[in-house]
Amino acid sequence: MTNNPLPLKDRMQIQRHTMPAQAPQKRVSNFNEVNQGFSSELAREEAQRCLQCKDAPCSQGCPVHVHIPDFIDQILAGNMLGAADAILQDNLLPAVCGRVCPQEKFCESRCVLGKKGNPVAIGSLERFTADSTAADRAARPQGEKPAPTGKKVALIGSGPSSLACAGDLIRFGHEVTVYEALHAFGGVLIYGIPEFRLPKSIVAYEVDVLRRLGVKFEKNVVIGKTLTINELFDEQGYDAVFIGAGAGLPNFLGIPGEELIGIYSSNELLTRVNLMKAYQDQSVTPIFNFKDKVVAVFGAGNTALDSARTSLRLGAKEVHIIYRRSEEEMPARHEEVEHAKEEGVKFTFLAAPLEFLDNGEGWLKGVRLQRMELGEPDASGRRRPLPIEGSEFTLDLDLTVIAIGNGSNPLLRDTPELQFTRRGTLEVNPESLQTDKAGVFAGGDIVTGGATVISAMGAGRQAAQSINDYLSQL
Amino acid sequence: MFEIKDKTKIAPDIYRLEIEAPLIAKKFKAGQFIVLRPLETSERVPLTIMKTDPQAGTITLIVKAIGLSTRQLCALEKGQTVADLLGPLGKSSEIENYGTVVIVGGGVGTAVAFAVAQSLKEAGNRIITISGARDQSFVILEDDLREISDELIMATDDGSYGVKGFVTEQLKGLYARGEKIDRVIAAGPLPMMRFISDITREHNTPTVVSLNPIMVDGIGMCGGCRALVGGKIVFVCVDGPEFDAHQVDFDSLMRRNNAYRGIEQEKEHACKLEAEIETVQHDQ
Ligand SMILES: Cc1cc2nc3c(=O)[nH]c(=O)nc-3n(C[C@H](O)[C@H](O)[C@H](O)COP(=O)(O)OP(=O)(O)OC[C@H]3O[C@@H](n4cnc5c(N)ncnc54)[C@H](O)[C@@H]3O)c2cc1C
Ligand SMILES: Cc1cc2nc3c(=O)[nH]c(=O)nc-3n(C[C@H](O)[C@H](O)[C@H](O)COP(=O)(O)OP(=O)(O)OC[C@H]3O[C@@H](n4cnc5c(N)ncnc54)[C@H](O)[C@@H]3O)c2cc1C
Ligand code: SF4
Ligand code: SF4
Ligand code: FES
Ligand SMILES: [Mg+2]
Repeated sequence: MTNNPLPLKDRMQIQRHTMPAQAPQKRVSNFNEVNQGFSSELAREEAQRCLQCKDAPCSQGCPVHVHIPDFIDQILAGNMLGAADAILQDNLLPAVCGRVCPQEKFCESRCVLGKKGNPVAIGSLERFTADSTAADRAARPQGEKPAPTGKKVALIGSGPSSLACAGDLIRFGHEVTVYEALHAFGGVLIYGIPEFRLPKSIVAYEVDVLRRLGVKFEKNVVIGKTLTINELFDEQGYDAVFIGAGAGLPNFLGIPGEELIGIYSSNELLTRVNLMKAYQDQSVTPIFNFKDKVVAVFGAGNTALDSARTSLRLGAKEVHIIYRRSEEEMPARHEEVEHAKEEGVKFTFLAAPLEFLDNGEGWLKGVRLQRMELGEPDASGRRRPLPIEGSEFTLDLDLTVIAIGNGSNPLLRDTPELQFTRRGTLEVNPESLQTDKAGVFAGGDIVTGGATVISAMGAGRQAAQSINDYLSQL
Repeated sequence: MFEIKDKTKIAPDIYRLEIEAPLIAKKFKAGQFIVLRPLETSERVPLTIMKTDPQAGTITLIVKAIGLSTRQLCALEKGQTVADLLGPLGKSSEIENYGTVVIVGGGVGTAVAFAVAQSLKEAGNRIITISGARDQSFVILEDDLREISDELIMATDDGSYGVKGFVTEQLKGLYARGEKIDRVIAAGPLPMMRFISDITREHNTPTVVSLNPIMVDGIGMCGGCRALVGGKIVFVCVDGPEFDAHQVDFDSLMRRNNAYRGIEQEKEHACKLEAEIETVQHDQ
């Protein structure tokens, strides 16, 4: 099966296409999406690069094994809905994953064309497929409803793990309700990842798709507080529960001066901006004035990059990312690092904060830092940063964002029978994702700690399968 | 859901709201709070639950309209609904039979004080309540407090009602008259709680304060509600809101609570202007 008009030799001659993006100097002053998506022509040309490898190594690199050559071939056949369906078999949220997956670590890292540093732009093609079929997918008649099983499942949280789990459970014919503590659905997709990387309308679209399939969404319900897990079973009549409660409280550095005003956790900054829309004039949720300010962000993951680029868009004059390891160890998505550089974010590697400095009135005025060097690899396999004696220096600052990771969500810790690890994550059977409590399954960041959207979705699907097996034995 | 079943103005800018929230009414324990958004466009506002009526499925809140969001809430009328409401949040008070417990409530903090006092009373404690207000017009919840207190001291700053003076002086008075106090619970403005804490430290009386930092989500995700207690970071929405008063760093908390003062006033001013412009256009 191949709809590619080009012989193999010619395909290899085409260079990888980069998605058009808003110009850096323009985009730093708005919250609109940076990447503008492929045109049909670009998508087609990029799709033509694919060699349709029989063993599809790219699929092996994707945590949910999207059938990549198949969907690319459908693009070339001009059958966009067919392409979308090829992805949707494995991945419920292609518009999201096409935008936020760390493709360079997953699918694209295994693409055979990558050996020459030039892999097929799989993520961009996935995004193109999802975006260009959004209207048609919404309009097409829904297939026949599955026969109802009479079984009810409650899902805790509305992040990607729960959304993926819900999508499968409803197709199995179960009654599915998603309980979300916040006033909006999507988990990190809605409160964490900024509009300029993932427009919130895309998340709302996907939630609506699930609603139309029959999934019920309840906001403002905090499981563990408003209703306990036992009450879900005993009073609300659920037969199984999936916990997708995600990440929780931010880590802090634990150094002097951290309580000064002007220091945000990345979660607080991003929640104010994304969930509460503090970047819009009409929002009533306040945010510190970033205009013409100097901001430092500590950390080097996606959260740090998002915080830095959000700071720029709020009007900051200068934004520094300060990381105690080197550029190579940065866990952030490659594209975000490139985009941040283009936008003028300044990077200071191999430096660690010692103390935040007070302006005399309880506000932050600067930070004292120390240079680091890399020693032997530590438990995580990354080279351990070691302080260099006598290398202290000071940086004047107005605002700071601390983005050094999160603990896990604390709301369910008091639930009897659930086992938590020392790190606060939930213990599950790695095969079935079942917890120690009968009928209760869990997946996503609450089990793994901070990971990725697609791995959370993969866990949601794995749990849906186990829940289905469990329910069929009841 | 979340319909306002009853609304009463009980003092200048202070309202008592009864809101339909059956699941929360059933679950509530003294010391807990809710987070609500008056309108779809509002910020998230944490408010203490004063009491609930599980049969009627309602919760009672005491709200002081001091800024934009609390004003939006207090502008809603009976029969209208609030956009979002979740809870009950935070840990409940530790309720035991301690002996004699002094409860100090200042301003709308009296709502927490009431809830905790009621539970402590039921647990067999002797309750002495000190309730403070600026002047007679700000005296709130007197009947409720009287019902659950063995002794009730109403104090006003200007002496226009009850005894004259601050709640701190009343507490000193209790020590001076030789009262054996086993525990003190204080809820109110931060400076008040700090002064109370300073007094009880001298007498080695275990003291609990209900903290009210600025919150965003209220469910242990953002980290905005952090405070320093015993030199360690705590997250008030999930670890609190009640803490050992003698361990709390009140200075940093007071600064943090004022961090947005100018910005909030600007926002409120802008909104008022907008409303005025709208009325003018409407009138024309
Ligand atoms: C700023 C930021 C940027 C990121 N960027 C990327 C990226 O570019 N690419 C990528 O792949 N990954 C990224 N990630 C990671 C990714 O978002 C997460 O791994 C993923 O969202 C985890 O999904 P989840 O379903 O486990 O939980 P979450 O997305 O965390 O959702 C959990 C939901 O459960 C709700 N909840 C929690 N407890 C309860 C309860 N007791 N009752 C009811 N509801 C509850 C929460 O309010 C939340 O809405 C990023 C994360 C952050 C914070
Ligand atoms: C656990 C807890 C319980 C509370 N219980 C009550 C109560 O029972 N009755 C009552 O009237 N008030 C209570 N408050 C305070 C109430 O939340 C604030 O008065 C309200 O949020 C002010 O919002 P605003 O927009 O009207 O005023 P603004 O003008 O925005 O702020 C006025 C002041 O209120 C505080 N504040 C502002 N935003 C927040 C926020 N998001 N969270 C917390 N504080 C904030 C700040 O100190 C600020 O300076 C409680 C707060 C907490 C944390
Ligand atoms: S889901 Fe993510 S990793 Fe998998 S193919 Fe799509 S972009 Fe690649
Ligand atoms: S490895 Fe690359 S070239 Fe081969 S099928 Fe996958 S995307 Fe196409
Ligand atoms: S208010 Fe966000 S963690 Fe407490
Ligand atoms: Mg406000």
